Parts: sequence; C-alpha cells; structure tokens
Amino acid sequence: METFLQFLDDYTLRNVLLGTAWIGVVSGSLGTFAFLRRQSLLGDVISHATLPGVVLAFLAWQRREIGVLMVGAAGTGLLATALIQVVDTRTNIKRDGAMGVALAVFFGVGVLLLSMIQNLPTASQAGLDKFIFGQAAALVQSDVIVLLVVGGAVLVALLLLWRELKIVTFDPDFARTAGFRVTILEGGIVTLIVVTIVIGLQTVGVILMSAMLIAPAAAARQWTDRLSIMVLVAALVGGASGAAGAVVSAFGPQIPTGPVVVLVLTALVLVSLFLGYKRGLVWHWRRQRRSRKLADPDTVLGALGALESAHAGTVRGHPKAVVRMAVGQSAQVGQALAVLREAGLADEHDGDWSLTERGRSEAERLGRDSGG
Amino acid sequence: MSSLEFEILATAMMVSAACAMPGAYLVLRQMSMVADAISHTVLLGIVLAFLIVPLYGHPLMVFGASVMGVVTVLGIDLLKRTGLVREDAAIGITFPALFSLGVLLISLLARDAHLDEHMVFQGDLVYSVFQRLELGGRGFGPMTLWKMAGIFLLNGALALRFHRELKIATFDPVLAATLGISPALVHFGLVLMTSVTAVGAFDSVGSILVIGFMVVPPVTARLLTDSLARYLGLSILLGCVSSLGGFWIAWTVNGSVGGSISLVMGAMFVVVLLASPRRGLVADWRRRRRQRVEFAVRMLVIHLFQHRALGQRTEENHAGHLEAHLGWSAEFSRRITELAEARGLIRRVDTHWLGLTSIGQRQAEQSLAG
Repeated sequence: METFLQFLDDYTLRNVLLGTAWIGVVSGSLGTFAFLRRQSLLGDVISHATLPGVVLAFLAWQRREIGVLMVGAAGTGLLATALIQVVDTRTNIKRDGAMGVALAVFFGVGVLLLSMIQNLPTASQAGLDKFIFGQAAALVQSDVIVLLVVGGAVLVALLLLWRELKIVTFDPDFARTAGFRVTILEGGIVTLIVVTIVIGLQTVGVILMSAMLIAPAAAARQWTDRLSIMVLVAALVGGASGAAGAVVSAFGPQIPTGPVVVLVLTALVLVSLFLGYKRGLVWHWRRQRRSRKLADPDTVLGALGALESAHAGTVRGHPKAVVRMAVGQSAQVGQALAVLREAGLADEHDGDWSLTERGRSEAERLGRDSGG
Repeated sequence: MSSLEFEILATAMMVSAACAMPGAYLVLRQMSMVADAISHTVLLGIVLAFLIVPLYGHPLMVFGASVMGVVTVLGIDLLKRTGLVREDAAIGITFPALFSLGVLLISLLARDAHLDEHMVFQGDLVYSVFQRLELGGRGFGPMTLWKMAGIFLLNGALALRFHRELKIATFDPVLAATLGISPALVHFGLVLMTSVTAVGAFDSVGSILVIGFMVVPPVTARLLTDSLARYLGLSILLGCVSSLGGFWIAWTVNGSVGGSISLVMGAMFVVVLLASPRRGLVADWRRRRRQRVEFAVRMLVIHLFQHRALGQRTEENHAGHLEAHLGWSAEFSRRITELAEARGLIRRVDTHWLGLTSIGQRQAEQSLAG
C-alpha cells in the first residue's frame, strides 16, 4: 500500500495518469456522437490524417510543443474529412473507398515528411514519430495543462450545443425543417471530433486513437437508451480505461500505454455486450430460453381448442407431446396446462388432455378475438 | 540508374501490381476499410508466428498473418451479428484490439528480436532489397522482389481462374448463390488473398501504407471507367506509374519511397477527381450548371404558358418582373430570356413583354403533359 502511494506521488505517473484519464473522458463523450452518427471509422481516418499536419507544423514553427503541433494536426484532419465528404457526395465512389484513399494518402505523405525531417540537422525533431504509437510517459506538466484546457473547451462546447447536437444526430431531416443549420452543425461535430483526436495523439498515437473514440461509446450504448446517460457512461468508461492503462504501463518501461488502454476498453466493451442492461447477449439468451421454455397458457388453450375442433368427436383427448407440437417449437407446456386445469379450463384423463365446457368457449372467444 | 536503384524500383512496381488485384475487388465490394483492418491485424499474426518460430521471413509468418486476416473478418462479422453495434463500429473495435495485442506482445516478448512496431507502420523499400535471394551460392537479386512477384502471379492466376465467380459474387450475390457459387467462399478467398498480399508487402512498404497501394489506384480507376476489365487493368497500371513517379521523388528529396509513392497516388487521384471526363468534379459542376440553365428555360416557358390567358401585357409577362415571380437574379433572368429567345421559344412584344412562339407553346404543353 505504501509503495502504491509512493507510486501515485511520482511526478511522471501523476501527469500520465491525469493526461490519459482526461483524454479518455473527452474522447468517450465526443465519441458517443461519432458512434451514433455511424462515423466510427471517420475517427480512424482523421487520426491517421493528422500525421502530415503534425510534421508540417513542426517544420513551420520549428517547435514541438503540443499546442503548436495540434494546429497542424487539426488542419490536415479537417482537410481529409472535407475530401471524403466531396468524393462521397459528388462521385460514384462509395464512402469506404473515399475513406481508404484519404487515410492512406495523408498518412503516406506524413511518413514521407517524417523521413525527410529525419535528415535535418536539428536534433529537436527526435520523437515526432512517437505520434504514431503515442508515448504517454513523455507527458510533462505543461502538456497536461494544454490537454485540460483544450479538452475542457471541447466539453463546454458540447454542453452549450447539446440540444442542437442531439437533434442533428437523431433526426437530421427534422432538424433541417425545423430551421437548424444542419450543415454547419455537422461540420461543428466533426471539428470537435478532430480536436478530440488531436489531444489524444501524443499519448495514444494515431493508430489507436480511433478506438478511444468508439469503444467507450459502444460499451455505454449497451446500458442505456438515453443520450445524456450514454455520454456520462462513455466518459466514465474512457476515463477509467485511460487511468488503468497509465497505471499498468507504469509497472515497466517496456509496456506501451496506448495498447493497454485499448485492451482494457475492449474488455469493457465485451462485458457490456454480454451483460448490458436488457440489451446484452445474456439477457437476450435468457429471454429466448424463457420464451421457449414456458408456453403462455392462452397459447396452449388455443392450441388445444384447434386440436379438438380438428379431431371433433374422434378422440377424447390429446397427450402432452401432441399439445406441445401443436404449440410449436420445443415449448414446455406442462406448467401452462397445470394453470389451465387450476382455472377449470382443461382436464386430464389417463395422460390425455381435453378442454372442459368452459375451456372450449374460452378458446372460441380467444380465436374470435385474435382472428377478428 | 544503378542496379540497386533499378531493383528498388522493380520491387516497388511489383508491390503495387500485386496489391492492385485484391484491392480492385475490395473497392468494388465496399470493403476498403476492412482492408485497413486486415493490414493492421496481420501484425498480431506475424508476432504470434514469430513467437513460435523466431525466424524472420519464415513461411509460418505468412500463415499466421493469413489466419489473422480471417479472424479479423470473422470477429467483425460476429460483432455485427449481435445486432448491438453497427458495421463501422464493429470494424473500429475489432482491429485496434488485435493490433494492440500485437504491439503489446512485441514490447513484452520480442523486444530484442528483429521485430519492432516501427517496421510495421513504415517498412523500408530501400532496406528490403538488401535481403538477397541466394541459391547454391549464386545471387538472384532481392528476396522481396521475388516474393512480391510470386504473390502477383498467384493473385493474377486466382483472379483469372475465378474471374466469373468473383464478378458474379461481387455484383449479384443472390444470382451467385443460385448458380452454386458460394458468396461466403468468395468473400473469404478475397480476405485470404488480401492478408497474404499485406504480409508480403509488410517489410517493403509497411502495413499501413499497403492499404494505399490496395485502395487508391482502384478508386482512381473507378472514376475513369465502367468496364470491369479496363478497371482491373487500369488499377495495375496506375499503381505501377505511381511507383515510378514516387521512386523518382523519393530519390530527389531523399525520403521514404513508400511515402512518396502514396503522395503520387494521392496526386493522381486528385487530378482524376477533378478532371475525369464523365465522373470528375469539373464535369459534374458543368453538368449541374447546364441542367440549371435548361431547367430555368423550361420554367420560363411554362410560366409564360400558364399566364397566356391574362393577355399579353400583364405584370407576369413583363421581362423585368421575372426576378420577383421566379425568384431569379436580374442577371440570370436576362441570360435565360436571351437563351430562350435565341432558341425561338419566346418572342418579345414591345421590348418589355414576353410571349410564347408556337414552338414554345408546344414545348410547354409537352412539359406539362410529361
């Protein structure tokens, strides 16, 4: 325990922990909108497309403070988004092709620029390639302050535009008729997403940043149908994963932060997919099994009625197996039959089930109601 | 050109030719981002193979990477089929997870080996030709060149042999199923082809740039032709030409060859996007402008036709009032009126009022009837 407290006291770890957790919170919140708008892969393209911007900003200002590099990153990220939009709406190329082209070309140009500046005499370019995989351990206090300020601004913008973002996300057509500037708002969402990706680059890297955006939202979606709660849960999931990644990677210098964060996120997504309240796979299976197991008494009553009218006067009753087949699937009819007997609607003689007088009229009434 | 330069160039062209074949079908089947996912996750396959047989370039790596390609696609499919996330999110969750696992394994277990993640994102064409193929003490040139040539021939042979299956399964999966061609088999065959190609190109261009080699030339070709055969040929051609141009740039600026080739591919795409005779943005813009004018002329004729009963000198028929009635600018009204007059659809009455000619009258009746 004592070592753990010492551990938390560590300057580097404190910065890394705060930085990654905060990135998780911001990307979880914004990612919710990307996820709901089916733009999950746009984040992947944007984050790859920031690479040339990072290098160009460095070349232009010869500095590598996070704030400087963010300007360049946002520039090329937005440019890639615009290219996708134009190709998608104005040509016969499908959206996936447009995204593939934007991702590969921007990233390729980034790689070219990186290889060129590695030949420059200045030593300060060292570490720019860290943007590809991210290096959380390199976070210093001034970086964290930039992250807090820019991320905070993104969240404030999110809160201020909450109503507009919500309506544009769920019903853009209605938003348009209601007089919202949909195109501008959609551009606004994309801009916020670009900024969110940019603040995570240095820590998580261009390849894994898209997962920080999407995975928290995918997990959160399984627990709620309300946007506000979903954003909160996603922020929580993102923040917790970021913190967990920072702590785990502090155990050894060779453990990279980004991949650990993504693996924690993936685990949370899987847990949510299975257990998510009412939506999860476990709930789904249980519902399926229950509906198969216990046939509804009314259904059984109807099935018995149908059997009796089909075999009118020839047999006295039907064994349980026949009733089960009449109900369909592999339904368990025993309990329903017992309920019917209790209610005086059906009766059993030597394993054969038949309807009572009251049961017959009840079955007829049911048939009329449903058929009517 | 020295023999080394020639070898690098030949290797680059071979990589782009080999990538074009699966790439062309991936683009047609709207699987470009699936290719992106596969090119990332082959890393995990390579690492796992490396942990079993720690020998770089071992055939097991190709096997591991191919299996991982299929696992990726199956994973995406499984997630999608839960109905809890959509396809884009399924892709966006699956491949970062597998990629992270790969990076983590490298960092923890294979740090000292010849394997590090930087190679994966970048690769190095120049470096890759230094690995030579030697048989019986004689040198036969760069290993990568032969490897990619083999993959190119394999892809080409498969594409020719299964041309019909690929075509039908891509354009009409239902017809394919009724003809006894399994769309799933074609799908996974293509996924395997993609994975093998991605792992083959891994040490020369790296696993991320490889998606550019696969996707950009076909997308560019798609803007130029609607014929499948021409599209496939153009994809290979554009890839090779980009390699040539990219190589030249890389040599001039002393930069990454793979990155330069991506740059040229991107430039070529932008030029075609703007200037393609039928599909380009310029052609599209001109078509839209022409349609706007055609529509406006028709509107003017119908407008005059609707108000013909009012007599010839009413406000609606006044040339100066079109702006108010049709919502046009003064300049646009003037242009449209002149055009309609030149075509003999309308005529002027005392310079300010407009009336229909008999041709105009007929056209208006046709427009309204149609």
